[in-house]
Amino acid sequence: MTLKALLTGNEAIARGAYEYGISVAAAYPGTPSTEILENISKYPEIYSQWSPNEKVALEVGVGASIAGARTLVAMKHVGVNVAADPLFTVAYSGVRGGLVLVSADDPGMHSSQNEQDNRHYAPFAKIPMLEPSDSQEAKDMVKLALEISETFDTPVLLRITTRIAHSQSLVELGEPMERVVKPYEKDAKKYVMIPAHGRTRRVFIEERDAKLAAFSEQVSVNFTEMNDPSFGLITSGVSYQYVKEAFPTASILRLAMTHPIPKQKITDFASKVDTLFVVEELEPYLETQIKALGIKVIGKELLPPYGELSVALLQNKLGAYLNISAPVAATSEQEATSEAVIPFSAPVRPPVMCPGCPHRGVFYVIKQLKLVVSGDIGCYTLGTMPPLEAMDTCICMGASISGALGMEKANPELAGRLVAVIGDSTFMHSGVTGLMDIVYNKSAATVIILDNSITAMTGHQYHPGTGKTLMNEDAPKVDFVALAKSLGIRRAVEVDAFDLERVKEVIKEEVAAPEPSVIITRQPCALMLKGPSTPVVCTDCKSCRVCLRLGCPALSYDEAGQTVVVNGALCTGCNVCIQVCKFDALHKGGA
Amino acid sequence: MSGVLNILFVGVGGQGAILASKILSHVALSKGWDVKLSEIHGMAQRGGSVVTQVRMGEKVYSPTIEQGEVDIFVAFERLEAYRWAHMLREDGKAIVNDQAIAPLTVLIGAAKYPETILDDLTKCMKNLVIAPALDLAREAGNAKATNVVLMGLLAATMDIPLEKWIEALEAKVPAKLLEVNKKAFMAGYEFAQQQA
Ligand SMILES: Cc1ncc(C[n+]2csc(CCOP(=O)(O)OP(=O)(O)O)c2C)c(N)n1
Ligand code: SF4
Ligand code: SF4
Repeated sequence: MTLKALLTGNEAIARGAYEYGISVAAAYPGTPSTEILENISKYPEIYSQWSPNEKVALEVGVGASIAGARTLVAMKHVGVNVAADPLFTVAYSGVRGGLVLVSADDPGMHSSQNEQDNRHYAPFAKIPMLEPSDSQEAKDMVKLALEISETFDTPVLLRITTRIAHSQSLVELGEPMERVVKPYEKDAKKYVMIPAHGRTRRVFIEERDAKLAAFSEQVSVNFTEMNDPSFGLITSGVSYQYVKEAFPTASILRLAMTHPIPKQKITDFASKVDTLFVVEELEPYLETQIKALGIKVIGKELLPPYGELSVALLQNKLGAYLNISAPVAATSEQEATSEAVIPFSAPVRPPVMCPGCPHRGVFYVIKQLKLVVSGDIGCYTLGTMPPLEAMDTCICMGASISGALGMEKANPELAGRLVAVIGDSTFMHSGVTGLMDIVYNKSAATVIILDNSITAMTGHQYHPGTGKTLMNEDAPKVDFVALAKSLGIRRAVEVDAFDLERVKEVIKEEVAAPEPSVIITRQPCALMLKGPSTPVVCTDCKSCRVCLRLGCPALSYDEAGQTVVVNGALCTGCNVCIQVCKFDALHKGGA
Repeated sequence: MSGVLNILFVGVGGQGAILASKILSHVALSKGWDVKLSEIHGMAQRGGSVVTQVRMGEKVYSPTIEQGEVDIFVAFERLEAYRWAHMLREDGKAIVNDQAIAPLTVLIGAAKYPETILDDLTKCMKNLVIAPALDLAREAGNAKATNVVLMGLLAATMDIPLEKWIEALEAKVPAKLLEVNKKAFMAGYEFAQQQA
């Protein structure tokens, strides 16, 4: 009997890496892709690593592939933007060991700053793309991707979405194949992309594309399920599951190799059904290509180009168009949209900075000083929300520092009240070049690095500033002060993130200084603390409620008792609230 | 019901929905069913609203449950029960932990925690069990086993032999916490039976 396990798509991809001979894997964390590498690191047979950013991760992967190893690189959708430069040229050079790039997109923006549809990267970079519909396929397609990569001499994009990455379904577990690294051979015409070589490869790409298009016609993951011919649906990814459930008797063309698309297969299918729909999340990616074949197809006229699809949404929109009642009794009366109708009004419960979070006090001080904050992405972005409300911008990783430079150059008046705020992992990812620019172009900006010694937001991954690797080995730690100094920063100070008076003093001083400075606030992420904590206690509360402006979930006001109460089960004893209270009502516990 | 059983867990980050869903899926797999489970876990921080969707049956396609299609609704916290109540089908069963955890908006005084939750739920949910799961877990010896108390309540509504659940506990709970968790599970199971 084959062994089956309930795996997320991410776990299944990691299992695929193990079973199908991957020797090297690299990534920078990012939801919903992070668990791929976290799970690969559980297989000691595979060398796996966190890179400082996605571009570096892909370059590590390219090198490993050229050196002959089967290689996997994973990232969230926006990570591919960062890695786009090597991607577009490794598409020319091709591979030696199979090279798979996993892009985890996030329709519905569950945890992302945008909703870009990375399927467009496949035709743009001219590389083949696979899209699994469940965890079993996610594992199987690691194998298929490696085979395509090695047969056609190309990197392969394995594109998943949040619902594939984070949904569990049954997967058959197989035995791992032998891991072989091909012997190294120099081949400058292929791997040195000077224009002369590039032009040759450019022609090769067109030939490769034609061969891949023929392959797409016969590959078994692009299949037709002929049924009722009155209407047919072309679909891919998780949408296939919604289609199967919404219209069990429909005819379906399920595409998993979605670049290049199988044009003949599509044309044949279209000729066999009366009405043709294309069901895809986000952009009309398939729809546009199908329409370009001169085929009449209905897609985004009925379905939204944003957010996730659902069974009810398909039944309502397509069912109404076809005048059929839903085969599965769905929400009938009310118009189902991807947003649920909420009958009871419940106060929202957004994620919040943890009790004892080292970012909280720093933002409290920044708010008190009424500074303009060029912000960045991480747990600290929660400082945007009430009650702290202390962030003015957040665009992409690293933009805090370079953005502050631009703000200051555009409006020199901002110079005396502008800070860039960035996390330690984000600083490693793409903050260092911005800092270099600040020095080089003579800005007076103050950069605050919130060093909690971990990449917290994505679930606590190591980075080059932590002294540990993904495979849990010790590593040298980047010294932020020495790094800043070597870039030409003369004013670099470290401060305890919990010492609010000192944090305030230092920020005031550095913001006033007529040259660039770096402040590093240090305290580990509260979720990394081990051992028991001593919660603070509240006595003689004067009901001023100033401490509530910290937004610590461990503090609340008891109207009946006219006092602030500390939730001892949540309080970590960071003592930040004690420093905020003007009446000495809050005290250290345990004394 | 289209041959698929839809179970929804709603709660607050840190309440142990992940262990609960592992126990449930272990039970479902031991019955030889197809299972799909979907969890949105974005940020690592605690305190956000958390939803876990579990679907089981002969063959399951979509990993997500539609509004009004939940057969068994398990709320780990009162306000979350309120927030997601519309997911339950009319004749579905609901288990609600009476525990209240105030969101930050309430703590900082920007919103009020609704007072009529349990009354409103009683009016709109036909098969509702409200349970003091936190107290039952404390009595069993560990407040952190509240999630497992709720699994005991869930087991009592499902047509699956008790030993399958105990096996799942043995497989999914660390050995040193097993006794406490078995006690917590039985406390939930028995509470549900007394209500019936
Ligand atoms: C290009 C890109 N890669 C990855 C992510 C996902 N992501 C957002 S913030 C972040 C790192 C946060 O770590 P850090 O800066 O140390 O802040 P912390 O969360 O620890 O406060 C990551 C990996 C992203 N948004 N964009
Ligand atoms: S996970 Fe760490 S960094 Fe993130 S909010 Fe919690 S304490 Fe702060
Ligand atoms: S010491 Fe104060 S601010 Fe820190 S966790 Fe406890 S209640 Fe919150």
